[in-house]
Amino acid sequence: MAILVDSSTKIVVQGITGRQGRFHTQSMIRYGSKVVAGVTPGKGGTEAEGVPVYDTVQEALKEHPDINASIVMVPAPYAQDAVYESLDAGIKLVTVITERIPIHDSMAFIRYARLRDAVIIGPNCPGVITPEACKLGIMPGHIFKRGVVGIVSRSGTLTYEIAYNITKAGLGQSTAIGIGGDPITGLSFIDVLEMFRRDDETKAVVMIGEIGGDMEERAAEYISKTAYEKPVVAFIAGKTAPPGKRMGHAGAIISMGAGDAASKVEALRKAGVYVASTPRDVAAKLSQILA
Amino acid sequence: MKLHEYEAKELFHEYGIPAPRFAVARSSEEAKKLAREMGGKVVVKAQVLVAGRGRAGGIRFAENPDEAASHAAELLGSRIKGEQVEMVLITPYTEMERELYLSIIVDRSRGVPVILASPEGGVEIEELARASPEKLLKLPIDPLVGLRNYHQRRVAKFLNLDDGLLTSAMDMLERIYRLFKDYDCELVEINPLAVTKENKLEAVDAKILIDDNALFRQRRFERPVDPSSLEEQARRMGFAYVELDGDIGIIGNGAGLTMATMDVVYEMGGRPANFLDIGGGASEDVVDKAATLLLRHPKVRVLFVNILGGITRCDEVAKGLVKAVKNVGATKKVVVRMMGTNEEEGRKILEGNGLYSYDNMEEAAKKATELAIG
Repeated sequence: MAILVDSSTKIVVQGITGRQGRFHTQSMIRYGSKVVAGVTPGKGGTEAEGVPVYDTVQEALKEHPDINASIVMVPAPYAQDAVYESLDAGIKLVTVITERIPIHDSMAFIRYARLRDAVIIGPNCPGVITPEACKLGIMPGHIFKRGVVGIVSRSGTLTYEIAYNITKAGLGQSTAIGIGGDPITGLSFIDVLEMFRRDDETKAVVMIGEIGGDMEERAAEYISKTAYEKPVVAFIAGKTAPPGKRMGHAGAIISMGAGDAASKVEALRKAGVYVASTPRDVAAKLSQILA
Repeated sequence: MKLHEYEAKELFHEYGIPAPRFAVARSSEEAKKLAREMGGKVVVKAQVLVAGRGRAGGIRFAENPDEAASHAAELLGSRIKGEQVEMVLITPYTEMERELYLSIIVDRSRGVPVILASPEGGVEIEELARASPEKLLKLPIDPLVGLRNYHQRRVAKFLNLDDGLLTSAMDMLERIYRLFKDYDCELVEINPLAVTKENKLEAVDAKILIDDNALFRQRRFERPVDPSSLEEQARRMGFAYVELDGDIGIIGNGAGLTMATMDVVYEMGGRPANFLDIGGGASEDVVDKAATLLLRHPKVRVLFVNILGGITRCDEVAKGLVKAVKNVGATKKVVVRMMGTNEEEGRKILEGNGLYSYDNMEEAAKKATELAIG
């Protein structure tokens, strides 16, 4: 069953004619994702990677009414327009890959999405993949294999690292989601944990957190409050990060004495979550749990 | 980006947010002249960006111009928590009847702006929130709705003001919210917000943080950068870079993986010298630049490169590394761990040049640590 995306997902790529847009469109198609249209204002009527390009999302939908997901790969200054355009056209799943979007922009479009019952993945994220069915994102598809582990992460490459270890351990993933490295994201850990809870295919969940904010602590509270019935294995990056410094991601910062790794690890352990000490330890623990 | 107090107060004046007049001095003579013009008791405030300026002695009171001059002379050129004081702000002393607290912050947990208000300001807000949470109002504002009259009234009433000041506080909040939005602020904070002896509101201090991601459209307060700093050099090459205090140079692709690499090195008993994220899809040239930067760094004894190939190709990484090692003529040890896209090709390139790539990051981190200690 998996969550969010599957073989019925039909994708429109916003910003398809850019360098990133072309590259990842090709990679998604090669993976087997159904990319049916692209949008770049002013490039309507052309083709990119064999996909028809339209000026607006509205026009793309008119020709391809089955579009049900969008992926945004336009530069940060124009990203908010692209997101609103998809939401206004009625698309209910918008993945925002773009990084460095001003927080006042993302705060507003995330609120707007909620009012329209739409899901935003990101910003500043690798996207979502249901192995062997659909990749709506920029992750290297070949390291994933269909299986029973659900992954939710604030990171990109660290997710690949851990997913690859899981694959090599002979397990696989139901769905893997990078929710994004920004301070405010469309999906929280809790949102995704709730989706995995309802998904029969998912037997265990991996949660990859990092310093900054209190999303991990809130997830811990949710896990203990709901007596979460699936095993959760966590990894928290940034145990050695100094306070007050932004570690690559906009959201990865210990500020005003809050958001350090130790408090996240402690909260999760208290909630009965196994917190792995190294990325490799995650797969080892899962093998043990799912044996 | 954090603004200096004088920059924040400049904005306050432009937005009609009541704040005492002020001027900036770069010398003690200038400070003296300004104090004389203002007349009476003045405050001399070091313009530094570090937190806890007051407790570190960066805020001084002067009864007369001579005293202002001597405070300025002491502060200018001195260091407050490591930051050199280049300017002082001179402002008339405000006699406070009461101290309030007011701020608007981008709240990560709620995902919206939140107004924070307290009738008992002057103390640090974290302290107040811990000690007496009932004295702190947290009012979330839906960015799609914006600040409304009823929000303003609720905040003003919570501040426990008389009828005259209630309207001023409401008006002030409206202006602060506008400034918060116009300048892409993550924080606008007034602490303390004074009720003066003359029964007026006045922002005695001002703190503003602007979202770094919005700087492309917020050019007004652009900072001159020090091009010789490693952080700046790395930034110009497109890397995220943070200096740490160990001796193992770290290069990774992606923020999470690079942080995890630091953590694993630490776990093995090693000490990371830095955090350097080359980002996604790095070319040979980019890797060469990153590796050269760290191989030339005097603190770095061992370089540890950890790459998870996705859109980044391991063969490109290997070529870049080999180039950097050749060019720098490195006497420093290099430990590589590469996995993913074009891993085999990358491994061959490394091996042809006397370098070796590990399969997993834990083993590689252990090796890097052994080399650094040994």
